[in-house]
Amino acid sequence: MHEHISFPILTAIIFLPIIGALLVTVLSNRRPEWVKLCAILFSVGTGAMSLWVLASFTTSSADFQFVSQHDWISAWGISWHLGVDGISLFLVALTGILFPLVIIAIDPHHDQKRYLAWLLLLEAGVMGSFLSLDLVLFFLFFEIVLVPMYFLIGGWGYDDRVYAATKFFLFTMFGSAFMLVGIVATAALARHDVGFLTFDLVTLAEHASFATNTGRWLFFSFAIAFAVKVPLFPFHTWLPDAHTQAPTGGSVILAGVMLKLGTYGFLRFGLYLFPEAAVWARPLFLTLATIGIVYGAIAATMQTDLKRLVAYSSVAHLGFIVLGTFAMTSQAVTGGVAQMINHGVSTGALFLLVGMIYERRHTREIAQLRGIQKVAPIFAGAFTVVMLSSIGVPGLNGFVGEFLVLIGSFQTARWWTIIAATGVILAALYLLWAYQRVFHGEPDEENSTFAELKMREGMVLLVFIGIIGFTGLYPKPLLDRIEPSVDKLIEHVVSRTDFVPPAALEVEK
Amino acid sequence: MSTLFAENLVGPSIRWMGISPLLVLLGGACLLLLLGSIAPRWPKGSYCVFTVVVSLATAVAAMLQWHDVTKNGPKTLIADAVALDHFALLATIAIAISIALVSLITDDYLRREDYDGPEVYALYLTAAIGGVVMASSNDLIVLFLGLETLSLSLYLLAASHRKRAESQEAGLKYFVLGGFSSAFFLYGIALTYGSTGSTNLSKISAALSGESPFSQIDAMLLVGIGLMLVGLAFKVSAVPFHVWTPDVYEGSPSPVTAFMASAGKIAAFAALLRVLVVAFPTRIDDWRPAIWVLAILTLLAGSILAVVQTNVKRMLAFSSISHAGFLLVGVEAAGHTGGNDALAAVLTYLLLYAVLVIGSFAVVTVVAGKGDSHTTLDDFRGLGRRRPAMALALTVFLLAQAGMPATSGFIAKFGVIKAAAEVHSYSIAIIAMLAAVIAAFLYLRIMVSVWLADSTNDAELSVPLGAGIAITLAAVFTIAVGIYPGWLLDATRMVSNLATIAVQAVDAATDTPAG
Repeated sequence: MHEHISFPILTAIIFLPIIGALLVTVLSNRRPEWVKLCAILFSVGTGAMSLWVLASFTTSSADFQFVSQHDWISAWGISWHLGVDGISLFLVALTGILFPLVIIAIDPHHDQKRYLAWLLLLEAGVMGSFLSLDLVLFFLFFEIVLVPMYFLIGGWGYDDRVYAATKFFLFTMFGSAFMLVGIVATAALARHDVGFLTFDLVTLAEHASFATNTGRWLFFSFAIAFAVKVPLFPFHTWLPDAHTQAPTGGSVILAGVMLKLGTYGFLRFGLYLFPEAAVWARPLFLTLATIGIVYGAIAATMQTDLKRLVAYSSVAHLGFIVLGTFAMTSQAVTGGVAQMINHGVSTGALFLLVGMIYERRHTREIAQLRGIQKVAPIFAGAFTVVMLSSIGVPGLNGFVGEFLVLIGSFQTARWWTIIAATGVILAALYLLWAYQRVFHGEPDEENSTFAELKMREGMVLLVFIGIIGFTGLYPKPLLDRIEPSVDKLIEHVVSRTDFVPPAALEVEK
Repeated sequence: MSTLFAENLVGPSIRWMGISPLLVLLGGACLLLLLGSIAPRWPKGSYCVFTVVVSLATAVAAMLQWHDVTKNGPKTLIADAVALDHFALLATIAIAISIALVSLITDDYLRREDYDGPEVYALYLTAAIGGVVMASSNDLIVLFLGLETLSLSLYLLAASHRKRAESQEAGLKYFVLGGFSSAFFLYGIALTYGSTGSTNLSKISAALSGESPFSQIDAMLLVGIGLMLVGLAFKVSAVPFHVWTPDVYEGSPSPVTAFMASAGKIAAFAALLRVLVVAFPTRIDDWRPAIWVLAILTLLAGSILAVVQTNVKRMLAFSSISHAGFLLVGVEAAGHTGGNDALAAVLTYLLLYAVLVIGSFAVVTVVAGKGDSHTTLDDFRGLGRRRPAMALALTVFLLAQAGMPATSGFIAKFGVIKAAAEVHSYSIAIIAMLAAVIAAFLYLRIMVSVWLADSTNDAELSVPLGAGIAITLAAVFTIAVGIYPGWLLDATRMVSNLATIAVQAVDAATDTPAG
């Protein structure tokens, strides 16, 4: 156990990027390569620390590890409480890996210094959201990530960037508005049970018991914030705009880790704090998730813009995660968490590839692309692997999460799962069809000069493909770490509600 | 003759130390006017430095009293007409900080607009006297005197830019409408006096709570409370008494607007809380719904109307209305039993918002340029390239006003929402947060102009020293409080703790002779 570890590694993971951002801001603009080097060093340092956490994580334990807890705003019972468990562990590692890759792979077109500073601040915010075990602290990071993302989309995005950035900001803030009131009300109402005012997640979840209706209201105040963030149908309309207009780096981060704030929030705060309400609301969320899966897939099929297609595929993929979450069996939830990671890797890589296509061709219109496979076979190969992973082909990482979600959900949410399974087929349809149109055929004049993968791009993609292959072939290390925490969460839900996990689960164990 | 006077008019005993902040302000104002008219012209910037020193001295005097109140408990002074408690002192400190910051902005502004002189600063100080009196009054008549002192100074300040027609117009508009509202307030006092037999807040409360005959006369009292509410709602620019705000904020010289939005609001809200919480705790069920409606109207109208504006000063005026709505949420929470955290929440909000709004208007003042007229959204285009540091500060102020975490604005909003949630006023809390989302659109629009919009305007923009200091201080304060608010919350928590005791202590004191 690492409870008494002397070095506050999680705090350092949050503060290192902030220091990096400040340093980047202060550095002179005359030596842009130094600025970039500084940003890379700080993000790599953060990534290294997150990997160190991953390596020294006690596998079999379901508890929060590397916990660091200090008084912060004691007048209001708010503490600086960080910790990592199987649910957040890989999200932290993914964040740690994704940011340096984005910083290395993509050069902004202008104002490099500000771009990098915002990216590093964003990293701190995302890390903080995944690590916080205090409601207000979580809200702080959850909300603060809007600011760097807003400026990244608005400052470095494409034509309609200001509209997309504003929409993104306001939609998410709309959700958070309810959550803040919910957070405060939760703590105020739990004061009686707990005995003092506290926003500490663990204390509240273990000691507070809310009246049925109260709990449901509170649950929904949180759920609306997460539903917007995921995004769950019908709150998804900001996503295609934000993704399409965001610069490539922004899209990778947005799809890779930021959307997971919503699905992670459902698990960490929704189910854990309000088990009764979550069980009660299962049909609603299963339905919304299923609609998201089918709707996202159909909408993706119809897109003419490659980036928008990937954006809609995110809506579908995140539907699977929510489906798994609210199916509430060990396998489904574990699969959902695994899917968070896998989607982050594969969709992140897809956005990177789409960004490279745009760099070379200055268009993302599928109709204008043709025959790229002929001129850039290695590029096409990389795209194929990533795409297959996104489809969920066995042997690649996408399969692991989706399969677990489907098999786990089938036991408790049969009909929803049957409909959701069509999403897998549709995913193959829209991605393969898009691939066919973009990469097959004879390249016309404009596409015949499509440049092959550069060294730097190849190295970055290799990391992605490495993760895709490794998790796909050998998911055990991943699942072994996720499962104990998930089981503990489900036990928590079961012990507080009349929800009965299916007997089949026990047999399979 | 003199003996006759001495026999008939026995003045109340005065604890001079207790009103030392007021005396410092008064002395400073008189000295500034006297010396300003005797000495030909002071060296550049010295009027400003003088005012800053006076306001800091006021803050120090208030802090000394703070210490005293902490040790000996709150008390009333000058025949119970003035209250000396943490609530009043914190409001005094907040007003003093506001004058100091506003003076720093004013310094270069007056020279730029070519009417440098001691008058504006003297008016700041007299307005502050009015504000402090309002915040610490324990008697409706005294409160009215404070209100008028503040208002008259503000009318003059609004019109102080003699060469700008808009400034004259703002002054006149404010004067006419303000006169109306004062009349309402005065009539309210009269009716309250008629139905309770006293203008002293503590005695009113005692008269209404006991078995006294006054507690039965309801209609007149309710009309009285209502009229007073109208008067104060005008001062805090609550909807539907807000129509003057955008015009006056837009027309007034930018530093003066900052002053109105900071010190003026602090005083008005402090007075509102005092009247409602001290004098009418027994009529909570009557005034709380009124505040509830006012709060919701103010929140929604303030944020929705702000969206369609194109002038930054007007935008900030509407945003100040929406902030007033947030503050009213706190006032509403203060109306519940056990809602005394709300007092601290409202005062903290006022203090933090004052710094934010002064910072924002400081940037507006600099950008507005000579003639104080470049205040449209287009004039802010490209500010991020021309003056990155100042643009960053403005961004901090705007994000804080939107309630983003890690800024003081979040602490302010959180306090009010918490106060509301603790008394189960969930609906109003959610409406407040949603209004904040709508208002965020307004701040985003300004930020878009500053950072994201293309601009051909690359004209050199110089930031004068005073404004630079004010902006820096305000930005640092905003971030510092946002990240580490503990010390401030510990201090302001005493406000509610002791203000409550103050109310009860006074109640007991007046109950005894009555009963």
